[in-house]
Amino acid sequence: MPFNCHNDYKMKFSLDDEFPDLSQHNNHMAKVLTKEIYGKLRSKSTPSGFTLDDVIQTGVDNPGHPFIMTVGCVAGDEESYEVFKDLLDPVISDRHGGYKPTDKHKTDLNFENLKGGDDLDPNYVLSSRVRTGRSIKGFTLPPHNSRGERRGIEKLSIEALASLEGEFKGKYYPLEGMSDAEQEQLIADHFLFDKPVSPLLTCAGMARDWPDGRGIWHNDNKTFLVWVNEEDHLRVISMQKGGNMKEVFRRFCVGLQKIEEIFKKHNHGFMWNEHLGYILTCPSNLGTGLRGGVHVKLPKLSTHPKFEEILTRLRLQKRGTGGVDTASVGGVFDISNADRLGSSEVEQVQLVVDGVKLMVEMEKKLEKGESIDGMIPAQK
Amino acid sequence: AQGAAMPFGNTHNQLKMKYTPEQEFPDLSKHNNHMAKVLTPELYERLRSKQTPSGFTLDDIIQTGVDNPGHPFVMTVGCVAGDEETYDVFKDLLDPVIQDRHGGYKPTDKHKTDLNADHLKGGDDLDPNYVLSCRVRTGRSIRGFCLPPHCSRGERRAVEKLSTEALASLSGDLKGKYYALKNMTEAEQQQLIDDHFLFDKPVSPLLLASGMARDWPDARGIWHNDNKTFLVWVNEEDHLRVISMQKGGNMKEVFSRFCDGLTKIETLFKERGHVFMWNEHLGYVLTCPSNLGTGLRGGVHVKLPNMSKHAKFEDILKKLKLQKRGTGGVDTAAVGGIFDISNADRLGFSEVELVQMVVDGVKLLIEMEKKLEKGQPIDDLIPAAK
Repeated sequence: MPFNCHNDYKMKFSLDDEFPDLSQHNNHMAKVLTKEIYGKLRSKSTPSGFTLDDVIQTGVDNPGHPFIMTVGCVAGDEESYEVFKDLLDPVISDRHGGYKPTDKHKTDLNFENLKGGDDLDPNYVLSSRVRTGRSIKGFTLPPHNSRGERRGIEKLSIEALASLEGEFKGKYYPLEGMSDAEQEQLIADHFLFDKPVSPLLTCAGMARDWPDGRGIWHNDNKTFLVWVNEEDHLRVISMQKGGNMKEVFRRFCVGLQKIEEIFKKHNHGFMWNEHLGYILTCPSNLGTGLRGGVHVKLPKLSTHPKFEEILTRLRLQKRGTGGVDTASVGGVFDISNADRLGSSEVEQVQLVVDGVKLMVEMEKKLEKGESIDGMIPAQK
Repeated sequence: AQGAAMPFGNTHNQLKMKYTPEQEFPDLSKHNNHMAKVLTPELYERLRSKQTPSGFTLDDIIQTGVDNPGHPFVMTVGCVAGDEETYDVFKDLLDPVIQDRHGGYKPTDKHKTDLNADHLKGGDDLDPNYVLSCRVRTGRSIRGFCLPPHCSRGERRAVEKLSTEALASLSGDLKGKYYALKNMTEAEQQQLIDDHFLFDKPVSPLLLASGMARDWPDARGIWHNDNKTFLVWVNEEDHLRVISMQKGGNMKEVFSRFCDGLTKIETLFKERGHVFMWNEHLGYVLTCPSNLGTGLRGGVHVKLPNMSKHAKFEDILKKLKLQKRGTGGVDTAAVGGIFDISNADRLGFSEVELVQMVVDGVKLLIEMEKKLEKGQPIDDLIPAAK
């Protein structure tokens, strides 16, 4: 049983004294956390010392977002999802469309199982991108990890990435000590990530010791990119201009699997289990952790009264081209899969490919002044 | 004594011990704060396995200093205490920090407390044509509770409850009301802003990185007396911040109210079985090592348009053991030749001694200002170093 003297000290105070005031709050954690659950879990600690208060701090400090239902809790290590399942299972169920504690998640990174996707109309689809995250077994997660752990992750990642060849040959740029020229180039390529400013992230402790142990790796072709020690141990991104999602997904799968093999050789595989799939810091990214999407011109369709409904039925979501929380510019939208958990990588990218294809057809019809009523899909 | 209180096997700290000191030692190469100047790898190695009885560790202490390399104009402290025991368990780091920050104060030095306002000579007649307002502030921590970087919601609420009960028993000139941040009405909020009383959630990364803003605004609030001359902040950067202030130049009255109010509050806490954190070496124990001793900043807003442009202004302030700030507080610029002039020291001098320095120093600065107005030199007025 882990020994946590700070947690034991807090047990001197009653449940009512310690229970957070969530009366102004609107996030998944606040909707789930009752006094009963708090009472049951407050004395617990994961083996690395992560506690219930650590899990929920970001949700207590950030009552909510006007447009988005935030998650309001994070994991500090792989065991968080087990030790605090009484809180996290209901949060996961709410966030991931009713996913049950007994459900199994399938992983499919075989790009050949994707049908089509190589011919999205480049007059409409400006770029294609697939991203996910990976956590390395044996280390705690960004809200909790120490400098030694973070540096250990960085070191392993650099070794793994340095051994990649061919289309994956590339270079690592640590945030610390980056030259001005390198920094400007990375900004121009839209690759550079900066110290988080969002209180959702800073309140969870992810920005500690910045920029120690953080960096960006990308291949020479600038089509495959890895972020080290930002919101997750690794964020892996495959991207290119135009509409060849199949190629983007191929590179994504191949690159990921190569990286995974190298980590396994060092006895540090990725955190994964058959219930939650890939384990990441935020419960919203469990399962595939995958967001696959395109930047696509839909000026007419986006003003159609049924646009939102069509997206919902296609299991897609829209964002502005600056990412989450931005507005679209010039009728160009970021369209991506809405789901993460309960369907495989191939299935999610298939939804994007099929859905975007349909929406481009609809756009073309609307351009010609024709109706799209006959094309509106059933709920997927 | 330390071994008897020392808990063993704190899981998180134990996990970190798997990594070598070199692997865990922070990169302080870009840093310029007191912690970074003192913390060596050897010191880190010696202290990293320790924790206070409430579980505060070395990494907790230094996190704010690691996350905030420095300030261009101000030498920041870069470390905080999480409880009273921090200053003892981690004295190998904090004693040198205290020494650097407080003018060579030694681990063996004793600090004197003097809250008898009768000991202040003069101070009731600073020229109100120049001195616009007077203010004295300090902080207090309640023994038995962890400090803002570390305290839980239960602790913070207990501090609030004790404080509001104690303050509710004040009477006469000190009779007042508590406004919890959590359920303040818009009208109350606007009034407190207009009075310049309202404090808001910290935005400075120096404070955020140490964990002081957790659970905001739970258990935070402002109490002030009906006359608006005595103000207490609950659970901001310290358990309590106590402020006495008024317009004009009667520093003696401000200080008298300060001492009287503080002493009454202390008595009320004692009646309820709680005392302030204090010891004869460090005086009053507060979250930031810079506020140890008296925790007192006493000052005035004063018009010194000529004086402030004089070539020897900085030098004179230093000799008088005073510091200047803009009228918005630390890091702000002076507006219209009006400066915030206050004592530079906190530890190693008593409250009376520090306010005496302000009273005597400001009196002299005004004399100099008047001379300069008349085009006369001030060379013979320049003081020796105090």
